[in-house]
Amino acid sequence: MAHRWTNTLTHADVTPRSAFLNRRQIMAGLAGVGLTAMARPAAAQEALEPNTWEEITSYNNFYEFGTRKDDPAKYAHTLVTEPWSVQIDGLVDRPGDYDFQDIMSEMTVEERIYRFRCVEAWSMVIPWNGFELADLLNMAGVQEGAKYVAFETAYRPDEMPGTRFPVLEWPYREGLRLDEAMHPLTIMATGIYDRPIPNQNGAPLRLVVPWKYGFKSIKSIVKITLTEDEPPTSWNMSAPHEYGFYSNVNPNVNHPRWSQASERQVGGGLFAKRIPTLMFNGYEAEVAGLYEGMDLRENY
Amino acid sequence: MSAVNQALRRIPVWAVYLLGAIPAPWLLYRALTGGLGVEPISALEHKLGELALQLLILGLAVTPLRQYLGLNLLKFRRAIGVLAFSYVTLHLLVWLFLDVQVLGQIWADIVKRPYITVGMAGFLLLVPLAVTSNNCSVRRLGPRWRKLHVLVYPAVLLGGLHYVMLAKGFQPEPLIYLSVISGLLLLRLPLSSLMTRSRRIDSA
Repeated sequence: MAHRWTNTLTHADVTPRSAFLNRRQIMAGLAGVGLTAMARPAAAQEALEPNTWEEITSYNNFYEFGTRKDDPAKYAHTLVTEPWSVQIDGLVDRPGDYDFQDIMSEMTVEERIYRFRCVEAWSMVIPWNGFELADLLNMAGVQEGAKYVAFETAYRPDEMPGTRFPVLEWPYREGLRLDEAMHPLTIMATGIYDRPIPNQNGAPLRLVVPWKYGFKSIKSIVKITLTEDEPPTSWNMSAPHEYGFYSNVNPNVNHPRWSQASERQVGGGLFAKRIPTLMFNGYEAEVAGLYEGMDLRENY
Repeated sequence: MSAVNQALRRIPVWAVYLLGAIPAPWLLYRALTGGLGVEPISALEHKLGELALQLLILGLAVTPLRQYLGLNLLKFRRAIGVLAFSYVTLHLLVWLFLDVQVLGQIWADIVKRPYITVGMAGFLLLVPLAVTSNNCSVRRLGPRWRKLHVLVYPAVLLGGLHYVMLAKGFQPEPLIYLSVISGLLLLRLPLSSLMTRSRRIDSA
């Protein structure tokens, strides 16, 4: 099941691995002698500016560690990710606790360079490493009646200072329709830039659904349940008129408190321009079919 | 407390203006050099808004501090107010020119997004207060000056509300700000003046 999708954002869109830690200095140095143009194919130049490791790992929403963007990078180190197991239950043939290392030995990890669009109207481009969620679900054996997949983040107050206050009802919960979960774009990410995914980004494994707002891509997963009914999801429980179950990126349907028509890419500095947000975050060709006949205004 | 008040009397007002103005260039410098993180626009916007609220709260605290603790900051109240207004204005400018950017979007946001409507209303209430924060206006308006400046109460309340309304989820910080503001306003209700009749004379 792996390799069902080919990156549209190519390696040329990502800073070379050897340079990503100090891209700014290198770019500044190269720009002067006009080497940047040579380093990238012409077509990719119009593509998105990739984000650095520093950007991806220092600007996070992970409310279990605090509500400020730099809180997860500051406090997530307390989360113990070894050993780690994922309980897979519900409508599956082989329910049980799956050890993270055992999962990894079965899965094919590949690189997926995806746009990431937060519901707060900022975005990044992230080179994830991970495996298709479909492969994991097939490992557990999805039963006939299953229609939805529910996910849960670890809830450990001792390791998660942000959970001392009920910002949301813990544990954090998310869900997908089964066809969304089985879609080749949907992955479980275990790395970024070929390094193990840092705690603030959802170690040791997190969901990535690139055509949905970032909060759907639940982090540090401990439980996956196959269900017949639509599972409750954290942000929908917190503010149902603001966050629907689907939460597909849609520039035509605004958040009640702000516009979703445009976004600002993280890393552009103090004078960064807003760019238009793309339908399904740029993955319309791949996923629009999943929602055929559905009113996306109703099913936001 | 009288020793503290005596020491305070020796501090010139311009020093308070200077001290209060320092965070503005400092924040701008940090925003330009990466000190505010990888997304400096919202960080700068947020920090300026927070500073404005803190100064507004300090301004509201001047009278109760004098009344209940005997601490006299009256001399600095105008400076605190003018600084607060400056930070509200900077916060608004960052929102307009760095954050929203699209001029057509701004009016739509003000009327369509309640937290922006509320914040904007708070700002508008502060404008006449900032304009009349000078000795000449105080003389010319006479007793009406005091009446006019009662507008600061709803303005600060709207500011606190604005913060609560823009938060995602049930967050502690904005609620703490709103509670402090509400508390300082409650102290001004006639109920508490029954306990201390003399309060009326210097409350404003």
